Amino acid sequence: MSSKITVHDIVEDKDFKTLTSTKDSISIVLTILELVLYFGFIALIAFNKPFLAQKLSEGGATTIGIPIAVGTIFFSWVFTGIYIYWANNKYDADVKKIKDKIGG
Amino acid sequence: MPHQTIIGQTNPVAIMFFVVFVLSTLGITYWAAKRTRTTKDFYAAGRSITGWQNGLALAGDYMSAASFLGIAGLVSTKGYDGLIYSVGWLVGWPIIMFLISEPLRNLGKYTFADVVAYRLNQRPIRAAAAAGSLVVVLTYLIAQMVGAGTLIKLMFGLPFELAIVVTGSLMICYVLFGGMIATTWVQIIKACLLLGGATLLVILTLAQFGFSYAELFGQAEKLYTNKFLEPGGLVTSPVDAFSLGLALMFGTAGLPHILMRFYTVPDAKAARKSVFIATGFIGYFYILTVTIGFGAAVLVGQKVIMGIDKGGNMAGPLLAEFLGGNIFLGFLSAVAFATILAVVSGLTLAGASAFSHDLFVGVIRRGKASEKEEVKVAKIATVGLGITAILLGILFKGQNVAFLVGLTFAIAASANFPALAMSILWRKFTTAGAVWSIYTGLAVATVLLILSPTVWVDIVQKEEKAAVEKQIKAVEDASKAKIAEIEKQKVPGITPEQASLIDVALNAEKKQAEEQIKTEKANMPKPIFPLKNPGIYSMTAAFLVGILFSLISPDKEAEKRYDAQRVREYIGIGAED
Repeated sequence: MSSKITVHDIVEDKDFKTLTSTKDSISIVLTILELVLYFGFIALIAFNKPFLAQKLSEGGATTIGIPIAVGTIFFSWVFTGIYIYWANNKYDADVKKIKDKIGG
Repeated sequence: MPHQTIIGQTNPVAIMFFVVFVLSTLGITYWAAKRTRTTKDFYAAGRSITGWQNGLALAGDYMSAASFLGIAGLVSTKGYDGLIYSVGWLVGWPIIMFLISEPLRNLGKYTFADVVAYRLNQRPIRAAAAAGSLVVVLTYLIAQMVGAGTLIKLMFGLPFELAIVVTGSLMICYVLFGGMIATTWVQIIKACLLLGGATLLVILTLAQFGFSYAELFGQAEKLYTNKFLEPGGLVTSPVDAFSLGLALMFGTAGLPHILMRFYTVPDAKAARKSVFIATGFIGYFYILTVTIGFGAAVLVGQKVIMGIDKGGNMAGPLLAEFLGGNIFLGFLSAVAFATILAVVSGLTLAGASAFSHDLFVGVIRRGKASEKEEVKVAKIATVGLGITAILLGILFKGQNVAFLVGLTFAIAASANFPALAMSILWRKFTTAGAVWSIYTGLAVATVLLILSPTVWVDIVQKEEKAAVEKQIKAVEDASKAKIAEIEKQKVPGITPEQASLIDVALNAEKKQAEEQIKTEKANMPKPIFPLKNPGIYSMTAAFLVGILFSLISPDKEAEKRYDAQRVREYIGIGAED
């Protein structure tokens, strides 16, 4: 049976279509989030330096800019974590289902 | 208390640590050589590297001595502005994760050209992609080699040329005999040493401040005013800032030596895991580097740091010496040397694979060559690239090569990334689109960077610029002397009329000096292209040209093959094992 399955059959398969469109949406949404995160940070530097120069606490030295920069690094990593969590738990299982179905 | 440092002198402790590193990595190379027979072994370590190992190796491949020493230096001299840079070096990694790593692993074999050429015409694509890869590899290699010579001279007291020859020979040795297996382990060991050394340095630093960042920043503010903790002059033009951001972000996702590492793991799942691990370690490392920079500014002081090296590159080593004496300095110097070796080895291997797998097999032999021939050509290319890197490194001695790093990322973001992304994401992408996109990105990025202030003014018209700066300084000095002369007349007891006359003379003098400086400044050589970073234009051009040529030369066959590509991309059927 598996020998008869063509690329066309897989591409037209409902599960494959759901799989690819879900993966595309997740990749694109996370890419956009990352772009917003980083270019948001760059935009603050370019257009609103006084905001970043504010002190975190009265009398302290640390500016808001420092946790924002470190946060940009941290959240970039968190985004990759979200992706890998989804892929390991949901995507791999769905791929396995399709592979089982086509006997590949 | 005057600051004593042994930096710049021959340092036996550093040399001892370095010899230990070299001996153990050569031992690994010997072990790897016995396991390197096929092309799969040579280019991809037999696809036997685990996700964890590859994550560390990616970090080792990416974290260069320039970012370790350079960012710490930038933070110690410029404060917050250095932090902005460190963020830019990380943000490309999520893009690699979401768009590149899994398709690359599932569709390709050894180089990123495999993916671009998957459903298009092999020869023109491979020729173009190899050009993109080789230019990126060579520019980055020169930047690393010149940096290596300068740093090693500073840290070990070795002559520049000797340092470059040692670096180049070791790099050839690792790649030639141990291929990707040896390169991977050199990168893993280096990543562990660098992360361990930087962590220890940060712990020792924070111990001086009661483990409180607030205390560290408080003291930094006291010494260098609150400007030190705010964004300052590094980012002046918003367009330039966005352009640099684009190049850093998408350039990372277009570096051939990074992309190549995704073929060393057994499957797409491991590829994805390795990006997560790499991103975590690299992010952690940049946060450490920033802490080291602030710590050095407070504990060592900007005066001492800039006295040794104007760019501040010795901030980290000086801090290590201050906190852990000669032994820690020696250890960290050896780690910096190991760092350079790991990066240049990865680059050389990527260059050799572009040469052999894409140019020799794909273009010259039209895909027909035996494994033995391919490995042989890759090895010849390794030696050739190594010798070229040594010669160019020596040739560029004492030159300002900072622009080469910018050029590397601009080309990677403009020539390699757009073609790779469109071949994965866009059904209607064609051979003409890919080829023209790559050459356009390459040409536009290179030409604009040459016409930009960094090259056209700072390098091409270096003397003119210096002459104008000298003139301005002379005018300023003369005016200052005159003003002091006039102010001397303001003695007690003069009448208000006399005082106001003196003020008028003062203002006239100031105005005249300003006018003069203005005319002098008009003589300042001007760049033909105003931005320091061409990325925003060169990337846009590459995407537009790729889209345009794909639309005017539709390829029905390639469109049809897109379905098979997608099946393989998403579920991994047919992926190389």
